[in-house]
Amino acid sequence: MHPFAYVAPGTVDEAVAVLTKHGNRARPLAGGTDLLVKARANVWELDAVVDIKNIPELMSLSVNGGGISIGAGVPCYQVYGNSTIAAEYPAIVDGSSIIGGIQIQSRAGLGGNLCNAAPSGDGICPLIVHSAVAHIAGPKGKREVAVEDFCTGPGRTVLQPGELLVSIEVPKAPANSGAAYTRFIPRNEMDIAVAGVGVLVVLDSSGKKFKSARIALASVGPVPIFAKAAGESLAGKPVDDKSIAAAAALARKAASPITDMRGTIEQRRHLVEVLTSRMINKAAERARG
Amino acid sequence: MTTSSPSKVHVTTTINGQQHELLVPPYMSLLDTLRELIGLTGTKEGCLDGNCGACTVNLDGRVVDSCLVLGAEVNGKNVNTVEGMATPAGLHPLQQAFLEEAALQCGICTPGFLVAAKGLLDNEPSPSEGRIRHWLAGNLCRCTGYDKIVRAVQKASK
Repeated sequence: MHPFAYVAPGTVDEAVAVLTKHGNRARPLAGGTDLLVKARANVWELDAVVDIKNIPELMSLSVNGGGISIGAGVPCYQVYGNSTIAAEYPAIVDGSSIIGGIQIQSRAGLGGNLCNAAPSGDGICPLIVHSAVAHIAGPKGKREVAVEDFCTGPGRTVLQPGELLVSIEVPKAPANSGAAYTRFIPRNEMDIAVAGVGVLVVLDSSGKKFKSARIALASVGPVPIFAKAAGESLAGKPVDDKSIAAAAALARKAASPITDMRGTIEQRRHLVEVLTSRMINKAAERARG
Repeated sequence: MTTSSPSKVHVTTTINGQQHELLVPPYMSLLDTLRELIGLTGTKEGCLDGNCGACTVNLDGRVVDSCLVLGAEVNGKNVNTVEGMATPAGLHPLQQAFLEEAALQCGICTPGFLVAAKGLLDNEPSPSEGRIRHWLAGNLCRCTGYDKIVRAVQKASK
């Protein structure tokens, strides 16, 4: 491992200054569950790590304006242990509670999961279906990027040198909505998704028709995929097997998987279709309360 | 490339109730800090990438993989390791239960299992078998098999 310096600034500005000075030879350190593995494997050769856990904005989880703000360094156990998230954003609980085991969840958070930009990141699809927005600070000021546009390739994001993810803002879940995320793995725990699907549905007041839906797919493309057409196909349709099967078929079309040690192209396409149906049903069930 | 090593980090931390002042190389893991700087070798190195849990310690009340924490990060924090479990009065109930249930063979994974299981029982004294298995999913054992370990944790539960 290349010897790096350790810096623990107390403000976003200081963190951005250190990151800007070192360019791609410095990285923010939140839970360290990806960073230290990559540094040790010499995937990253770093001159400095910037521990962001002393910066209040990055470590706070708050309910504001009806939505929630998740600081980029908030660990998973605090996310799924939050009563508002548990009550109103169950898909975020579904995703954050299956990232690694308990030890990993003590440290790893959704901000790191997003910045690590693995196509299989279980925390990302739930954020996409909830229309979450990444708040970024950098040498040129602040900007916002929708989570579905954040990842640009395996391990690559929109973040420019010197930029830092500060928080993930999740808007209030619409009335009569429900959301869910699941993945397929051949074990019960501690594995990386062969395929994953997140769904948010908004039903009309009768609970029998879809008003709108958002669907996102993990591990079946170079980035987590926002399957826009699949979600939009449900708008105005009755909550029945036919509309759900049609949306699942569109989700399957949106997937562009590869064959690797975890699964084949054919298996992953099949999984996307099956999991999408299941998650639409589960989200609808949750929407009806 | 710089040739000089980055400067060491001054860390004041409480380990098993005892305060330590250390100068830690900034890239040194908490695992190596415990084993090499302090001499607490009960915490074991396994995979070094967060899969096996052999290096599990308790950091401010949460179980973590100490291979994925920097020593520099524990300034002002409380660290508890397997060495802190037994008291002069005797073994911790989990340690006693592991002995009675023969929940170890080679023993490399045992400190991690003990610290992880303690993290569960400290907060949930009567977990279900499913809960125990779920909680311990981040700890791997390559020889005993998990049944004896789970039985030992159940025995130490209330």
